[in-house]
Amino acid sequence: MTDQQPLYQLRDLSKTYTRGKESISIFKGLDMDIQHGDFIAIMGPSGSGKTTLLNQLGGIDSPSSGQVVFEGKRIDNLSQGALAKWRSRNVGFIFQFYNLMPTLSAAQNVELPLLLTGLSGGERKKRVKTALEIVGIADRAGHKPRQLSGGQQQRVAIARAIVADPKILLADEPTGDLDRTTADEILGMLQQLNTELGKTIVMVTHDPSAAKYAKRELYLDKGEFVERGNRS
Amino acid sequence: MNEATLIRKGLFRKVLRAILMMVSISIAFFIFGVLGAVNKAFNAGVDVAAANRLVIVNAINFTVSMPYAYFGRVQGVDGITHVTHANWFGGYYQQPANFVQTFAVEPETYLDVYPELILPPEQREAWINTRTCLIVGQALATQYGWSLGDRIPLNSNIWQQADGSSDWDFDICGIFTAEDSSVPTNYAMFHYEYFNESLAFARDTIGWMILTTEDVSLNDQVADEIDAMFANSPAETETTTEAAFSQAFVEQLGNINLILTSVIGAAFATILMIVGTTLVLAINERTKEIAVLKTLGFQSGRIFRMILTESFLLSLIGGAIGLGLATALVMAAAEGFQAFLPGFRMPLSVVWQAFALMIAFALVTGFFPAFNAMRIRIVEAFGKL
Repeated sequence: MTDQQPLYQLRDLSKTYTRGKESISIFKGLDMDIQHGDFIAIMGPSGSGKTTLLNQLGGIDSPSSGQVVFEGKRIDNLSQGALAKWRSRNVGFIFQFYNLMPTLSAAQNVELPLLLTGLSGGERKKRVKTALEIVGIADRAGHKPRQLSGGQQQRVAIARAIVADPKILLADEPTGDLDRTTADEILGMLQQLNTELGKTIVMVTHDPSAAKYAKRELYLDKGEFVERGNRS
Repeated sequence: MNEATLIRKGLFRKVLRAILMMVSISIAFFIFGVLGAVNKAFNAGVDVAAANRLVIVNAINFTVSMPYAYFGRVQGVDGITHVTHANWFGGYYQQPANFVQTFAVEPETYLDVYPELILPPEQREAWINTRTCLIVGQALATQYGWSLGDRIPLNSNIWQQADGSSDWDFDICGIFTAEDSSVPTNYAMFHYEYFNESLAFARDTIGWMILTTEDVSLNDQVADEIDAMFANSPAETETTTEAAFSQAFVEQLGNINLILTSVIGAAFATILMIVGTTLVLAINERTKEIAVLKTLGFQSGRIFRMILTESFLLSLIGGAIGLGLATALVMAAAEGFQAFLPGFRMPLSVVWQAFALMIAFALVTGFFPAFNAMRIRIVEAFGKL
């Protein structure tokens, strides 16, 4: 891998769903490069395929055709097992509804990805503490999700996404369930992760003001990208 | 935190539900444990039967007696090491409710045929030489608080003495024990001679004979020879192994094994369905959480293992509680049941069977939920395509 090589290269990517006898094309022949350190906001109308695209990037769904290349290696043809391993090493996910485990504390939720790393218990605790400090919620480490507000839960989710130091953060409507002020705090945090820690972020959002935190805004419409702004 | 924490948290996600499932499972294993112990106790005679011991009964039925003369004739059969005989006395102590399993036997040879019965030498001598001697098993002596030297009356609800009385007086001159705790010691024996000479009717008859052969391989030959010897006589015989005789005796009460197996089977089938359905629903409830784990990189195989482990934990904890309670009950009731079910205890074989069943139960109830969890597709679970 060289510095010039993009983190992701999507080539001629198509995704088609079959519903009954009907075939629905989400996107067709999509090409896209994502560079290291990018912060991309993907926007578009409902059903335009934003989340489907994010799923392809995260290796949780496979394309109907085309290639998803990550650091020079195709991931679209990997087995489910290999993809799971790849995700645990390279991808941090942030969901709209946080998706925290209700029975686990904030710290235990953050520790989850580290269970796949082989790190010692002590090292895991250290990393969890750091991640919770980065998102500013270390004082709530022992709280269960139901004891936290939406914004706090999303902070825990972000801590969970960054704790294993992944190469890419994929955020699906991360502020969709939050009020404006909390949303701005969360988006500010993502921006900070991008600028200060160099995390590459791809965020799907409906919200134009959320997209403004990104370096690049891409608009997905009728299966094609329209670049709206580049602030890098 | 480790994987065990995740499994525990998953299992006790809804504490009340987990407890109720465990209670259901513990009920099934409680029933299994208690009935298993009962079944084993019923078949204790079969289990302790010696392979080279044969029993000769009247071919009509073992309650029909045979002429005493048969005893002498059987003694002459080749391949026999010892032979003895016994009569059912049908005794009770003081009142009919105090049933005492009593046999009139030939004193010396009886102990030769049953070497597993232990009688100290001085008591053995007293037993052989005292006409009114009654030897009682340790369990029976404990039950009635009898000790050496006691003089006790026993009534028979079958036999009558020539003077019209049905009371026999005995001197307890021996208390026998057994090498193995599974050998019953809940009965008493006295001299056939003392019994026979005082009878008002059916003198010089014996209930059954027991013999040991020189080798198990001679069993069939000896049995055939004896039965042939008395063929076409007014009292034809049927010679079988002691195990077969004990089995036939138990089966008089009905097919205990089938009855108990049916009860246990019904309990398990019901609880299997309840727990199985509850587990499927519980895992369905966690579809999104499982999808999150998969998204984070947990492999499908690991998810399968975790869910199956939950099922194992559930089954093992519930099963162990049920089996523990069954063991406690059996231990508490063992003494009271000693007269009717000697050897009523929790056999190790039942414990092992229970653990094997727990594993099977866990596999059956846990496999499908675990398999479904393993197959969860992330995008479908999140409902976002």
